[in-house]
Amino acid sequence: MALLEFQHVSKIYDNVTRALEDVTFTVEEGEFVSIIGPSGAGKSTLLRCINRLVDASSGKIIFDGQDVTSCSKKELREIRTKTAMIFQHYNLVDRLSVVENVLHGRLGQKSTLSGVAGHYTEKEKEEAFRIIQEMGLIDQAYKRCDELSGGQKQRVGIARAIMQHPKLILCDEPIASLDPKSSKVIMDHLKEINENKKITCLVNLHQVDVAMKYSGRIIGVTAGRIVYDGPTEGLTKEMIHEIYQSNENDLITDVAG
Amino acid sequence: MEQTMDIFKRRKMTYTAVFLVFIAVFAGASYVADFRVVDGILSFPAAISWIASNLIPDQAALERLPNILDKLLETALVSVAVTVVAAIFAFFFSLLGSNITKIHFAVKRIVRIIAAFFRNVPDVVWAMLLMFSFGQNILTGFFALFFTTFGLLTRAFIETVDEVSSDCVEALEATGANLIQMVFQGIIPSSLPGIITWVLYMIETNIRSSTLIGVLTATGIGYLFDLYYKRLDFASASLVVLSIVVLVLVIETISNKLREVIL
Repeated sequence: MALLEFQHVSKIYDNVTRALEDVTFTVEEGEFVSIIGPSGAGKSTLLRCINRLVDASSGKIIFDGQDVTSCSKKELREIRTKTAMIFQHYNLVDRLSVVENVLHGRLGQKSTLSGVAGHYTEKEKEEAFRIIQEMGLIDQAYKRCDELSGGQKQRVGIARAIMQHPKLILCDEPIASLDPKSSKVIMDHLKEINENKKITCLVNLHQVDVAMKYSGRIIGVTAGRIVYDGPTEGLTKEMIHEIYQSNENDLITDVAG
Repeated sequence: MEQTMDIFKRRKMTYTAVFLVFIAVFAGASYVADFRVVDGILSFPAAISWIASNLIPDQAALERLPNILDKLLETALVSVAVTVVAAIFAFFFSLLGSNITKIHFAVKRIVRIIAAFFRNVPDVVWAMLLMFSFGQNILTGFFALFFTTFGLLTRAFIETVDEVSSDCVEALEATGANLIQMVFQGIIPSSLPGIITWVLYMIETNIRSSTLIGVLTATGIGYLFDLYYKRLDFASASLVVLSIVVLVLVIETISNKLREVIL
């Protein structure tokens, strides 16, 4: 059974703006899927419908056998613990330390009171430090997040995601604010998590070349509709131009390629 | 080229027009209110010489200093207490009115209206109203300050919380955290500097306001000022004012230092 299933999902903001229109696709467990498309095409909305940071207007989303669109509050919390999210602007609590931010990944599984008090078990703390070590941030573990560089912040974001033990990681433009070197580090980490930890990754990307290099499958979104869904090898130059609604030589990939 | 010159010309004309309108409004308002600028300025020297001869604290006034300081301390402590208590109430109330906690929009609207009501009734008016229920009592002053501080801080905290913590709250929500966990793990840590800055500012403001309220409720430093003033003991009254100024300056210095350390 597929891990994630979109069935004719649409999203209309304020009764006017059509962000998603009749989106249907499935993601199997263990896949690394990139979603590409121009700004404002609905990529972020698509990801946010999965963990209900945005509510879909119509259609059904099935995640891990549960209907996300019509679940109870308690079930939603459970679904959210299984779908971690990584953000373009990292979305860390800047004034807390790295390890505290990483431990936030456990909040969904904790009781209200221990979450409020920031009380974590020894086992959770050990795991947090192990993940921080894997991310190469052990020297920064006690530093406040506002002292970190962008690339380091995003690694904290990934560590927080792993801390959740998710089945699926949703990455919303994870490298859009990073320099090329940090971008590679982040993408390598995501690839590594996908291959070794067998966590499914769904990544929104602006960089077509990055998407083609790292993912096995690409979904192209234009104006809220899926215009391409298939293996990376099948993504032709013409297809890319259709996704970005552009002409020959209008894209940076035309120059680079 | 001609077009760019045009833009500069138009800007200059706009500024000139705005300036002339200001002058016209001032002149018109002065005429209607029968306010004579020149007379006002000319009376300055006389006012200053009166201040010099009456308001300089003399030996007799200085003997009252211990008494003044005693009342000043009482006023300062009440102001601090009021501000801190009001801040705690205002913080939790502001969460209901914030955009990011996503509680029902009607609740948000009601919270903002209540906050606006408490804030826009001046503290002196609150004191006059509360005097009917509490009488001339320190409690009257306490509640008068509490209400305005509560209203103002609720509004300020809503802005602070909305501005600072929307990103990290989104992330915590995505981990499955519930609202209360988000408040303590996300909103409080990230908006703390803003909250502290507002609380320190309100302490300063409340020390100033409590003087005026004290005149009404016959408590604290305001009572002393009123007393000396009505006895025509201007030297002592001015010593009271000077001591308030010094206290506010001291508090300001302390709060600046505190801000440096915390932020």
